[in-house]
Amino acid sequence: MKKTGAQILCESLIKEGVEVIYGIIGGAVLPIYDTLPQYPQLRHILVRHEQGAAHAADGYARVTHKAGVCIATSGPGATNLVTGIACAYMDSAPMVAITGQVARPFIGKDAFQEIDITGITIPIVKHNYLVTDVAELAKTVKEAFHIAQTGRPGPVLIDIPRDVQQEQTDFVYPDKIDLPGYKIVSRGHPAQIKKAAKLINEAEQPVIIAGRGIIISQAYDEFKEFAEKAQLPVAHTLLGLGSFPGNHILDLGMLGMHGTGCANMAVQNADLLIAIGMRFDDRATGNTGEFAPNARVIHIDIDPAEIGKNIPTEIPVVGDIKSVLTALNEVIERREHVDWLSQIEQWRYEYPSLEIRQSDELLPQYIVHRIYEATQGDALVVTGVGQNQMWAARYFVYTKPNSIISGGGLGPMGFELPAAMGVKIGCPEKMVWCVAGDGGFQMTIQELATITQENIAVKIAIMNNGYLGMVRQWQELFYGRRYVDTKLWNPDFVKIAEAYDIPGIKVKRREEVIPAIQKAMDYPGAFLIDFLIEPEENIYPIVPPGESLARFFEPSKPEVLGGQF
Amino acid sequence: MTNTKHTLIALVEDKPGVLNRIASLFRRRAFNIQSLAVGSSEHPGLSRMTTVVVGDSAQVEQVRKQLEKLINVVKVSDITEENMVTRELALIKVKASASTRSEIMQIVDIFRANIVDVAPGSLTVEVTGDEDKVNSLLGLLRDFDVKEVSRTGRIALTRGSGS
Repeated sequence: MKKTGAQILCESLIKEGVEVIYGIIGGAVLPIYDTLPQYPQLRHILVRHEQGAAHAADGYARVTHKAGVCIATSGPGATNLVTGIACAYMDSAPMVAITGQVARPFIGKDAFQEIDITGITIPIVKHNYLVTDVAELAKTVKEAFHIAQTGRPGPVLIDIPRDVQQEQTDFVYPDKIDLPGYKIVSRGHPAQIKKAAKLINEAEQPVIIAGRGIIISQAYDEFKEFAEKAQLPVAHTLLGLGSFPGNHILDLGMLGMHGTGCANMAVQNADLLIAIGMRFDDRATGNTGEFAPNARVIHIDIDPAEIGKNIPTEIPVVGDIKSVLTALNEVIERREHVDWLSQIEQWRYEYPSLEIRQSDELLPQYIVHRIYEATQGDALVVTGVGQNQMWAARYFVYTKPNSIISGGGLGPMGFELPAAMGVKIGCPEKMVWCVAGDGGFQMTIQELATITQENIAVKIAIMNNGYLGMVRQWQELFYGRRYVDTKLWNPDFVKIAEAYDIPGIKVKRREEVIPAIQKAMDYPGAFLIDFLIEPEENIYPIVPPGESLARFFEPSKPEVLGGQF
Repeated sequence: MTNTKHTLIALVEDKPGVLNRIASLFRRRAFNIQSLAVGSSEHPGLSRMTTVVVGDSAQVEQVRKQLEKLINVVKVSDITEENMVTRELALIKVKASASTRSEIMQIVDIFRANIVDVAPGSLTVEVTGDEDKVNSLLGLLRDFDVKEVSRTGRIALTRGSGS
């Protein structure tokens, strides 16, 4: 029986196990949407801006380890996806983005809502397709999911002209994939593993830098065994938080520009770095010329192009992290590193990571830590970008696997709310906290409507300081306190929430924090807390841009939160 | 590390937009390419592309690996260190009058190049060889006023029976 392109698309998505798609209808995807009611197993989430669709698909993908699917019409619908696709690309999240295109006879004619979205997205996708023949559609969808979800995951875009959606052909979903140019190295080379093990066995001051690759590979157990067996302390990239229990004795927290003093000191004094599923981003390394000056480097990653890209590597091991760590665990020796670990404890004592300064004002670090305590760490935290992101990274202790979701590489403000929707839909049984800034929150605030329409029970905590806070902090520290265009007039977010039929509460004082968090958690649906925090609170320590990680600084902070780990 | 010319050979799928993906990658990663030539290979559906990239060996290895990540790129080799044959073809239109024509023809002969078009005021010369040979001929012809030049860029294969 012949089927239309739209039907073939829907049936192919079902074959790939897709359950949810995020999108907005429009002229060039009308045939697809017209077909959707025939496939009730595909749940469509109607977002309010296509950026929200892409971030939601991204958030969903990161917690389910399945490609998130988003859909948009041609032209502006497609261009609105771009930020979300770029974010998924930078953070290696699997995504299949589907865009409508003008009908084939109109392509290249600057037709209404025609845009070359495959051309636009080339630098921000793992691969993309323009489907010009309905007979190619099923094969294209099959390839797209394979590419998006395997190896180093990433976004794949499929652009489908409207007349291809309407054209009919026989539907046969292919079993096999023929991609001669797509090879994945899954097992590490035995000789490299042997060399890596030798270095690990001989190291006196080793440090692991744990990245998101461990989470993507779901290698939590293998990683824990690895670190524990050779007593290797673990520093994390932002996206590597949640790959290892944050309350573990070997855990140093995040390294980098806003990393803990202990993590940065350990990395700078290491004689061996074991970088796992990370890519030496400048926010993690600081000045690369002065980065870990005495360390030999082992780099384990599935993407061979990451080896030696930013930092020279002595022993690369290319492969899937789960398989590489399994192999390594068999050949590394039990070590104790007594002197090194006691030095690390000394730094932990000198630079306590959960300390906040004494203040009568409402401090964001306090709020984030109270959310951690109230949830006992059993929550998924979705952050915005900027100070709120760093506070969320530093003052929530990520004891559970894959429990922080953040736009790390691209750093897109406005990620938090739509991504939290996707996270909640992907993990409906989990408590999801969206930690937002007042600036970023307004960039995707329209998704409050989606949250209400689809009944998505996310808890929203706005760190409202009335500033674009991270940029203001830079202006304070590096631009002579000239606060140019960082001061924000804000609407009343609680009233805004109310208008969207979401209950909310404003919190101005410390003693109101715990009851407000409890109220949000007790409420069955979405809930918003507008925390009016100290406007000029900074995130410390900070390594000034372009400086060595050893040059972190922070003003003295006497009060210590929640004890030490 | 020192910057040198590297010759990369790639087998790429012969599909629409592939050259755009490759060019986009070079631009986005700020790789410095000197020439790029592409045409059919011995495999149906695959083209062979020769690129001359300037950089130190770490940079060029990064280029090679990034190119290999493209789904439509099947294989990339840096053959700089290997024994290879490289050729370039150039067409050179040079001003020629009755008094200079025979001198130009003598130079063309020495380079074993060919004259492929003769017009009242000009000659068009076709030359094949490595870049040095093409550059030398071009240098000599400049004395006669070169009107137009079109060069293909380097193509290359490794010597011997292996592939």
